Amino acid sequence: MNRDERLHRLPALLGERILVLDGAMGTAIQQYRLDEDGYRGARFADWRQDVKGNNDLLTLTRPDIIRDIHAAYLEAGADIIETNTFNATTISQADYGMEALVPDLNREAARLARAVADSFETPDRPRYVAGVLGPTNRTASLSPDVNNPGLRNITFDELVAAYAEATRALIEGGADLILIETIFDTLNAKAAIYAVLDVFDAIGVALPIMISGTITDASGRTLSGQTADAFWYSVAHANPLSIGLNCALGPKELRQHLVLLSKVADTHISAHPNAGLPNELGGYDLTPDDMAAHIAEWARAGLLNIVGGCCGTTPAHIRAIADAVANVPPRRVPDHVPALRLAGLDPFTTVTAT
Amino acid sequence: MSTTTSFINVGERTNVTGSAKFKRLILEGDYEAALDVARQQVEAGAQIIDVNMDEAMLDSEQAMITFLNLIASEPDISRVPVMIDSSKWSVIEAGLKCLQGKGIVNSISLKEGEGPFLDQARKIRRYGAAVVVMAFDEEGQAETVERKVAICTRAYRLLTEQVGFPPEDIIFDPNIFAVATGIEEHNDYGVAFIEATRRIKAELPHALVSGGVSNISFSFRGNNPVREAMHSVFLYHAIKAGMDMGIVNAGQITIYSEIPPELRERVEDVILNRRPDATDRLLEIADKYKGEKGKAREEDLAWRQEPVEKRLAHALVKGITTYIVEDTEEARQKADKPLDVIEGPLMDGMNIVGDLFGSGQMFLPQVVKSARVMKQAVAHLLPYIEAEKARNKDNRPKGKILMATVKGDVHDIGKNIVGVVLQCNNFEVIDLGVMVPFETILSTAEAEKVDIIGLSGLITPSLDEMCTVAAEMERRGMTIPLLIGGATTSKVHTAVKIAPNYSGPTVHVLDASRAVGVAGALLSDTLREQFAEDIAAEYALVRARRQSNEKADRLLPIDEARARAFPIDWSAYTPPKPSFTGIKVLDDYPLDDLRDRIDWTPFFRTWELAGTYPRILDDEAVGESARSLFKDANEMLDRIIAEKWLTARAVIGFWPANAVGDDVELYTDDERREVLATCHFLRQQIDKREGRPDFCLADFVAPKNTGLADYLGGFAVTAGHGIEDKLAAFEAAHDDYNAILLKALADRLAEALAERLHERVRKEFWGYAPDEALSNEELIKEKYRGIRPAPGYPACPDHSEKPELFRLLDATENAGISLTDSFAMMPAASVSGYYFAHPDARYFGVGKIGRDQVADYARRRGVSVEQVERWLSSNLGYEP
Repeated sequence: MNRDERLHRLPALLGERILVLDGAMGTAIQQYRLDEDGYRGARFADWRQDVKGNNDLLTLTRPDIIRDIHAAYLEAGADIIETNTFNATTISQADYGMEALVPDLNREAARLARAVADSFETPDRPRYVAGVLGPTNRTASLSPDVNNPGLRNITFDELVAAYAEATRALIEGGADLILIETIFDTLNAKAAIYAVLDVFDAIGVALPIMISGTITDASGRTLSGQTADAFWYSVAHANPLSIGLNCALGPKELRQHLVLLSKVADTHISAHPNAGLPNELGGYDLTPDDMAAHIAEWARAGLLNIVGGCCGTTPAHIRAIADAVANVPPRRVPDHVPALRLAGLDPFTTVTAT
Repeated sequence: MSTTTSFINVGERTNVTGSAKFKRLILEGDYEAALDVARQQVEAGAQIIDVNMDEAMLDSEQAMITFLNLIASEPDISRVPVMIDSSKWSVIEAGLKCLQGKGIVNSISLKEGEGPFLDQARKIRRYGAAVVVMAFDEEGQAETVERKVAICTRAYRLLTEQVGFPPEDIIFDPNIFAVATGIEEHNDYGVAFIEATRRIKAELPHALVSGGVSNISFSFRGNNPVREAMHSVFLYHAIKAGMDMGIVNAGQITIYSEIPPELRERVEDVILNRRPDATDRLLEIADKYKGEKGKAREEDLAWRQEPVEKRLAHALVKGITTYIVEDTEEARQKADKPLDVIEGPLMDGMNIVGDLFGSGQMFLPQVVKSARVMKQAVAHLLPYIEAEKARNKDNRPKGKILMATVKGDVHDIGKNIVGVVLQCNNFEVIDLGVMVPFETILSTAEAEKVDIIGLSGLITPSLDEMCTVAAEMERRGMTIPLLIGGATTSKVHTAVKIAPNYSGPTVHVLDASRAVGVAGALLSDTLREQFAEDIAAEYALVRARRQSNEKADRLLPIDEARARAFPIDWSAYTPPKPSFTGIKVLDDYPLDDLRDRIDWTPFFRTWELAGTYPRILDDEAVGESARSLFKDANEMLDRIIAEKWLTARAVIGFWPANAVGDDVELYTDDERREVLATCHFLRQQIDKREGRPDFCLADFVAPKNTGLADYLGGFAVTAGHGIEDKLAAFEAAHDDYNAILLKALADRLAEALAERLHERVRKEFWGYAPDEALSNEELIKEKYRGIRPAPGYPACPDHSEKPELFRLLDATENAGISLTDSFAMMPAASVSGYYFAHPDARYFGVGKIGRDQVADYARRRGVSVEQVERWLSSNLGYEP
C-alpha cells in the first residue's frame, strides 16, 4: 500500500472501530539502560558533548532498538506508530549541539518506522506512521524568569522555522500523519500548526494532522494555563483529524478532561494516558489490565476514536488496550452549531456546547 | 467557565487612541499600571479586551508584543480572549504571534483592494484567530446602509469562498460615526448602522456585527452623563437589530430604563433621527446633566483595611504588587528583625498559595505571579538584612550553595523560596535558574568551588534527571553534599533511587524551613560527619523497609473477614429497651444547655492552631493567638445565645433491629415481622494478626437468629438555622474573620448538641446508663457506653446511606436539615448518625475494601458496582 491508498482508507476505518496508537518510546528505551557509549555508537564516538539521554539519536546509532520497539507495538495491535522524534527539532537538539542532524533524525526516524510498519501491513490492515512533533524544551507564552514575566526565550518565528524543518523531513521519510503532541504551551502548538500548514502548501501535500495536549496537574489546565476546551478552540483552525490529550495524568485523572473535550470537539478524539500517576519513585503502577479496564469504560462511554499509551506503557499495555476496544464502536463525531468560539485561558463562546 | 451571552462586551480602555491614561502609561513604560487598567476592565465585566498601540510616538509592534506577553502572565486578565486592534498589519501580525488562545483581529478591510485583503485573511486563519472586517473599500468608508451592506456582502463572499474562513469567525464592523455634530448628513449615521446590522444578520448567515460604540457620542466630549445615555440608547436599539458585540467601557453602561425620561427621549430622537431639531433639543438640556458624575468605579480595596499580615497574604495570593513595598515596610517596622517578616507573614502567605495550588484552585501562572510579589517584598527587605548582618559583624558567608531546577523542568518557586531563606541566613547562593542541564550544574559547581548542590523539580521526569545528576557527580569524583527538594520528591525516592547513585551525602529537604538546618549541619565541621552518617543510616533503613513492605496491606477475601467478625456472647446479653420506639423531635433546643458541652480542640484545629484545649491556651508558640481567638469566640457565643442568632433543632429515633449478615434490619414494630428499612454496613478486610477481629458495625447488634429483641437508634441535629443572615452581614462588611468564627462556632454547637443528646439517650431516652456521671473531658474521650457513628465517617464511610437515615427520621421536616446531591447536610452545621448501645461497641475505620465486598455491597444496596466504586473511591483497595 502507498500513502495515498492508506490515507484513503482512513476515514472508513475511523468510522468502523477505535484505532490503536502505540505506547511509550522514552520509557521503553530506558529499559535498555544504555550508557554514554551506548548512545554515541561508532558514528558519534568523538562527539564534543555528552549525548546520553538524547533518545532521538538512537534512530541513527541504535536503529535495532527503535525497530524492535516499533515492532513490539505493531505486534501488540497498534494501528498507528509514532516516530522517535519527540526532541528532533533544532531547539531541543541544541542541548547536545546536534542541530545539524535534525533533518537526518526526522527523515530516518520516519523511514525506519515506515519500514517496520510495512512489514506488518496487510491489504486488510493498513498500519500508519505518525510523524511526531514534540513540544520542545522552551515555551513561547511563559517567561523563564519570574522577575521578568514579559521575557521569552523563544519566539513564534523561531518555533515555526524549527517545526517546518522537522515536518519536511518527516514527510520525506514517509510519515502518513503529523502528530503534534504533549502540548503544554498552546502557543508552541500554534507555531507547529502554522509551520505544518506552510510546508503542506510549499510541497503540495496535505497530510492529516493529529493534535494532543497535556493537562499538567490537579488544576485541570495545561502548563500555560488553558482548560481543555479553551485549548481545543485555540487549535481548531488546523482542522485536525483528531484532538486529544496525553501524558502527565493517568486514565483516572484524565477522564474528566476527555469528557469535556469529547463534548466540545467536532472532530475525532484521541487519548494516550500514562500508566497511572507516577508513584513516589517516579515509576508507573497501572498494569495492562488495570489500564485496559479504564479504557474499556471510556470506549463504552463513547469518548474514544483513537487510543494508546504514554509514559510507563508497554506492548503488554497496548495489547490489553487493543483487546479492550476491539468490539466497542467508536465515538460518533458530533455536528456543532456554527458559533463564534474564542479562548483566553478559559473558553468563550456565544452558545453553550451541545 | 464558558459564557453564554446575548451581547458581548469588549473592553476599550487598553487602547492608546481611546484612553489618555492608558496612552500615558504606555509612553512612560509603566506596564504594571497598564496591566491594572486591563485587569480592571475584566473585573468590570469585559468579556474580551481590545488592545491598541497605534501611537506615532511608540514602537507599536514592540509595545503590542510587550503588553501581550505581560498579559499572558496575568491569569486574571488572560482568562479572556484578546482583540488585537491596529490599523497596521505588521502590528497585528506581531500580536498574533503572542497569543496562545484564539483571539480576534481588529481589523482588515478592502481599502487596499482584494489582494492584500485575501493575503491577510489567509494568514489570520493560519494563526487561528477570528476577524473584524470594516465596511471600507477602495472607495472609502461606507456611510449609507446600501454601501455598508454591499461591502460586507462582498467581503463575506471572498472570505468564505476563497479563503475558507468559517462564517461564524467573521465579525463585521459597519462603522459607527458621530451623530449630533451639527452637520445634517451626519444625523442619519446611527440609523444607518442599525439598519445595516439588521440586514447583515439576515443576509449573511452566522456572521456577527460589532462596532466602536463611543464614536456615536463624540460631539458630547466632556459630558459623560449624556455620552453614557447615548451609548445606552444606541446599544438598546442596535442589539435589538442584531448587534452581537461592541467595544464599550464595560464598567460604564447606564441601564436604558434608568436614564431620566427627559434625557432618554431627547437622546433617542438624536440616535434614531426622529426630528430635525433633535440635536438642538439635546444640547438644550445637556448641561443640566453634566454635573451628575458618572459612577466612579473603584477596585475593591477592602483588603487594605486588614492587618498588615493579611494584606501581605492577600497580595501574595492575588499577585498584586501595587502596595507590596509599603506593606512590607510596615511589617518590617512591626517586626523585631527584618528576617521575621520573611519567615512570618510572607512565608504564611506563600503557604496559602502552595495549598491553593496543590488543591487545584490556583494554577501555575498565578503562582508565578505570587512568586514575583514575594521577590519584590524580599528585595525591599534585603538591604535591612544586610545592614543587620553588618552590625552583627557576621559577614563571612556560612557557605556557598548552588541551586538549580533540573533539565526539563520549569518549576522554581520552591527553589526560589529556599534560595531566599538560605540567603537570609547568610549562605551565599548561586542560582542557575530552571531547565539546567547537569553539565552546567556540575561544571559551575566545580568552577565556583561550591559547598553544596541543591536540585529542585516539580514534575516527575525530574526525578529521573536528579538520579542522572547524582550519577554524574559520582563519575566526576565529587564529594560535596547533594540536596533534593520539590513537590514530587520524597524521602523514599531520594533514599531508594537517588542516594545509591552517589557516595557523597544525599539529603531530601522537605521544605524551605528545613533547608537552613540541613545546610548548616552539612557545612559544620563538628556536625557534618555525624549528620551524614545519620542520614545514610536512616535512608538505608528506608530502603530495607521499602523492600520488605511490598506485601503489606493484604486484604482478606470478604468471607474470611466475616469469619473474623467481632465475637459477642449474645447468650449472656439482654439488650436494653428504649423508653420509646419511633421518633422524637426536640425543637428549638436551648443553646445555653450546650455551651458547656463544646469540644474546643477541633475549634482551634479549624484555625490551624495545633494543640489540645485547654493546654493550648498556655502553649508557648500558639498560646497568645489561641487566647485571643478564644476570647473572641466566647464574646460571640454570648451574643449568639443572648440574641438567639442560631436555632438548634434535633430529631432522634429508636427502632427494633437485628443484624442480618453485615446489614441491620429495622422493623416496624416489636413483632419484628415487617422490615421498615435496612442499614448497610461495611466490614474491615485488612489481614490482621491472628485473633484480631475485622470489625463491622453490624457486629454490635444482636443477630436475627439469636431471637434477642435489640434496637438501633438514629439522630440528626443542627445548630445552623439562622446563620445565613448573619454570614451575609459579615460578608457584606468584608469581615471574613467573624464569618469564619461564626461558622466554626455553629459547627461546635451542632457537635455539642449531638454530644448532649447522646448523653440524654444513654441516661433517659434509651436509659441504659441512668447513673452515668462523666465530666466534659471524659465525654470527649468517649468514656461512655455505646457509640454514635456518622455515615460518611470511618466506621461507615458510605455517605449515600444518609438518605435512608433521613427518611427514617424525617429529618428534613423535623429538624429542617436537607441533603445535597452529594449527601452533604444543609445547613452545614449539622450532625447525623446511628446509636449503638452494646457495651463493646467501639469506633474503628473500615479502611481498604476489596472487589468482592464492593460487589456484594452493590448487590445488597441494589445499585451498580460502578456507583459503589464512585461513592467509596477512597476506600477501594484496588484500581477500579
